[in-house]
Amino acid sequence: MATDTLPVYTKKDFQTDQEIRWCPGCGDYAILSAVQSVFAELGIAREKFAVISGIGCSSRFPYYMNTFGFHTIHGRAPAIATGVKLVQPDLDVWVITGDGDSLSIGGNHTIHMLRRNVGLKVLMFNNRIYGLTKGQYSPTSEVGKKAKSTPYGSLDRPFNPLSLALGAEATFIARSVDVFQQHLKETLKKVAAHKGSAYTEILQNCNIFNDGAWAGLTERDARSEHIVQLEHGKALIFGKNRDKGIRMNGLELEVVALGNGISEKDLLVHDEKNPNASYAFALSRMHTLPGFPTPIGVFRAIEAPCYETLIAAQIREVQERRGKGDLGKLLHAGDTWEVRA
Amino acid sequence: MATTSDSLLKRQPEVIEKAVIRFCGDSGDGMQITGSQFTNTVALYGNDLATFPDFPAEIRAPAGTLPGVSGFQVQFSSSDVYTPGDSVDALIAMNPAALKMNLTDLKPNGILIVNLDNFEEMDLRKAQMTSNPLEDHSLDGYRVFKIELAKLTRAALKELGLDAKSSDRCKNFFALGMCYWLYNRSMDHTLRWLDEKFKGKPSLARANHLAMQAGYSYCEATEAFQITYEIPPAKLKPGTYRNISGNSALAIGFVAASQQAGIPLFLGSYPITPASDILHELSSYKDFGVMTFQAEDEIAAITSAIGAAYAGALGITTTSGPGMALKTEALGLAVAVELPLVVCDIQRGGPSTGLPTKTEQADLLQALFGRNSEAPIPVLAPSSPGDCFWIALEASRIAIKYMVPVIILSDGFLANGAEPWRIPSVSDLPEIPVHFETNPEGFQPYKRNPETLARPWAIPGTKGLEHRIGGIEKKDVTGNVNYEPLNHEHMVQLRAAKVQAVADDIPDAVPAGDPSGELLIVAWGSTHGPITAAVSTQRAKGRRIGHVHLRHLNPLPRNLGDVLQRYDKILVPEMNMGQLVMVLRARYLVDAQGYNKIQGKPFKQSEIENKIEEILG
Repeated sequence: MATDTLPVYTKKDFQTDQEIRWCPGCGDYAILSAVQSVFAELGIAREKFAVISGIGCSSRFPYYMNTFGFHTIHGRAPAIATGVKLVQPDLDVWVITGDGDSLSIGGNHTIHMLRRNVGLKVLMFNNRIYGLTKGQYSPTSEVGKKAKSTPYGSLDRPFNPLSLALGAEATFIARSVDVFQQHLKETLKKVAAHKGSAYTEILQNCNIFNDGAWAGLTERDARSEHIVQLEHGKALIFGKNRDKGIRMNGLELEVVALGNGISEKDLLVHDEKNPNASYAFALSRMHTLPGFPTPIGVFRAIEAPCYETLIAAQIREVQERRGKGDLGKLLHAGDTWEVRA
Repeated sequence: MATTSDSLLKRQPEVIEKAVIRFCGDSGDGMQITGSQFTNTVALYGNDLATFPDFPAEIRAPAGTLPGVSGFQVQFSSSDVYTPGDSVDALIAMNPAALKMNLTDLKPNGILIVNLDNFEEMDLRKAQMTSNPLEDHSLDGYRVFKIELAKLTRAALKELGLDAKSSDRCKNFFALGMCYWLYNRSMDHTLRWLDEKFKGKPSLARANHLAMQAGYSYCEATEAFQITYEIPPAKLKPGTYRNISGNSALAIGFVAASQQAGIPLFLGSYPITPASDILHELSSYKDFGVMTFQAEDEIAAITSAIGAAYAGALGITTTSGPGMALKTEALGLAVAVELPLVVCDIQRGGPSTGLPTKTEQADLLQALFGRNSEAPIPVLAPSSPGDCFWIALEASRIAIKYMVPVIILSDGFLANGAEPWRIPSVSDLPEIPVHFETNPEGFQPYKRNPETLARPWAIPGTKGLEHRIGGIEKKDVTGNVNYEPLNHEHMVQLRAAKVQAVADDIPDAVPAGDPSGELLIVAWGSTHGPITAAVSTQRAKGRRIGHVHLRHLNPLPRNLGDVLQRYDKILVPEMNMGQLVMVLRARYLVDAQGYNKIQGKPFKQSEIENKIEEILG
């Protein structure tokens, strides 16, 4: 479709008339707003969007998006979306999921979608809690989490979502935060531009069951000290006065203060195209190290063949070689014999 | 030893109506290939036939042991054949274990060919035999032919310089050659097949050629069999025929459905016995644009197919009982969002892993009711391997016309069993009209066709039709999320009424045999063969029996209740504990009785006949 025939969309064109049923103050509102704004700017016809979700608070998302939408069953959105994308590769298919939906009940579909590199854009809202079932710990909750089902504290170790995605051969991983609207929108545009599976963790606050889960990153005073923004081709610098950086020391990451002989050129320069997944993996572990900031932005965005393209190409190749199937011939395949009257 | 003049003139064969032959041996002895080759040869000659491949779940159990025995049985005839046969006229046993497991089915005075090379003490011990049946007179009631299959094969292949192991692998073809001689069949088809199969390995083709020809010549030269047999071609309905298995018929049936509907076929599947062959076959039909997706699990298999259907494809998924259990929740979603989908359950023995390679019909209640809440689904069952083709078309037609998931219940016996199939012409195939909604004027995602109650199929990418669907209860017509009590009740009733509406679109139940009388047999699925044969024999004895074989199990034919009233008694044979009989008793308040066999094996004709005689006295 020629772009000049596209209507000029505004955010409003992507809103529905449905009453939004998230709790007042939920981080999902901010994400919804950012997605609606970005969709209006992508230059894609509205009917070409399919927004597909699983189960959970975040998964109510499609009802509020004026696009094609499918609210499916718990954990299965990547598999359903795979079927959609394979049949209609030119659709822009977005998967909305949460930490429970994507990493617990739907963990298997998540990793297999990533290894196949199906062209799906996954937004995983991570609030480190089960909201819709009213407050049980999730696979991203910290050890010792006291929640409805763990009155004495949870015992199991959490997943690191982006490390997991890399382990599953992800070609694109990113992180943003519900309340960082500008960063979120910019990240969503990069998600939209990626060919292949784009897995994005959005740190989201559940103000009812896990309020303040990300406060250490989002409170105004804390932001600049505890967050490092990844920008392709730029050094990793953070701090209120932009006076700290990250550098490589052998195979280890190291936080250094700028000055005293250490300058920007000594720092790690972010390369989202680095073919070696170990680099993005190290970034994905960074925030778990004492004294390190949490990276946000695009960690990795590499080019690799998309599953939907490969499937279509294989079919085309066979059809070119053998010709299009003839049903009459198929019915008569193999040895046949005549019975006469 | 025959005189020279005798052997120059092959004796006139004895003409008989039908024969049952069974090849049995180790899983590694190639019995399935041997049986299939014999089957294709008699099929090409024009006999009617039915086959029963029976093999263990283990790929290669320890050689020579009882659990490793694999068998292939075929009945071929100059008249109609409905079953692979209750008992066997000729048994080929490659080792003592195979002999022990299969001898009970050999008719008195039947032909027994044993591989003499495999009856050493060690072989007997592996088969848990304490004495050698070839020496202890336990086989005196049979016509026994002790043949050194391995030694004779090695001698025949001497010129090729193969090692003993490689030449021993050809001994099944020596046995096949003997059987071709015994039943006066040409080796041409198998010779051609070997050339094709071993195109890249001419030495293997040559070895098997030589082995088979040696088996044939051995019979000729030694006059091993005093009598040979001739079974004339059957008088089948005129037309072009091919041999087909149930799984293969389903595969090409779905290709045909997708062509008739003019939409792409998408199969999401996870490998499981005995359904995997459908995935294998469909994955080769890329020239028809068929998309096959080997999913990460059973759930992704069905949900990817639901996604494909949402996007406008004919979405199907294939599985067996354990996989069916895993697909349950997704089936409920397909019911709620009202998308077309076809699910094939190739039933096997259960519960749990059960008997993966053996047949059963015990998933009927699961198909009818096995979902949370009220989630009705049309259920169909093919009655023969060839009927699987037509069931695939019928299921696709219903799914698309009514915007509903449809379940096909096949089983291991139909899946692997084969029969001659009269090939239809493409112009005789049913039309499957597809209407994608394109008009935004007054569009509502749950506005229904007043006749079929189907909602519109409005696929993503269609301008102006942006809308949301999901598993949450919806408001009638608009499809918006809605929890109102009366709306929910209304939607439950609408979904049920839609499935019931299919009943107006399927044929009435027309009993085979007597239209009224002493006994009505009601059955479904792969029991069709033995019941048809039994009813025919019993009616010839003067009994008044009707037979309704249900292809549509939900909804049931509109007139079934009336038909049930026309007979004194009702019998429902099933390979389960009595599932259809439970449905019939509940639905029609009739005193139907069950006859149940749960042994992983199909009914024998004689078992049905005995039951009929027991009931009718």
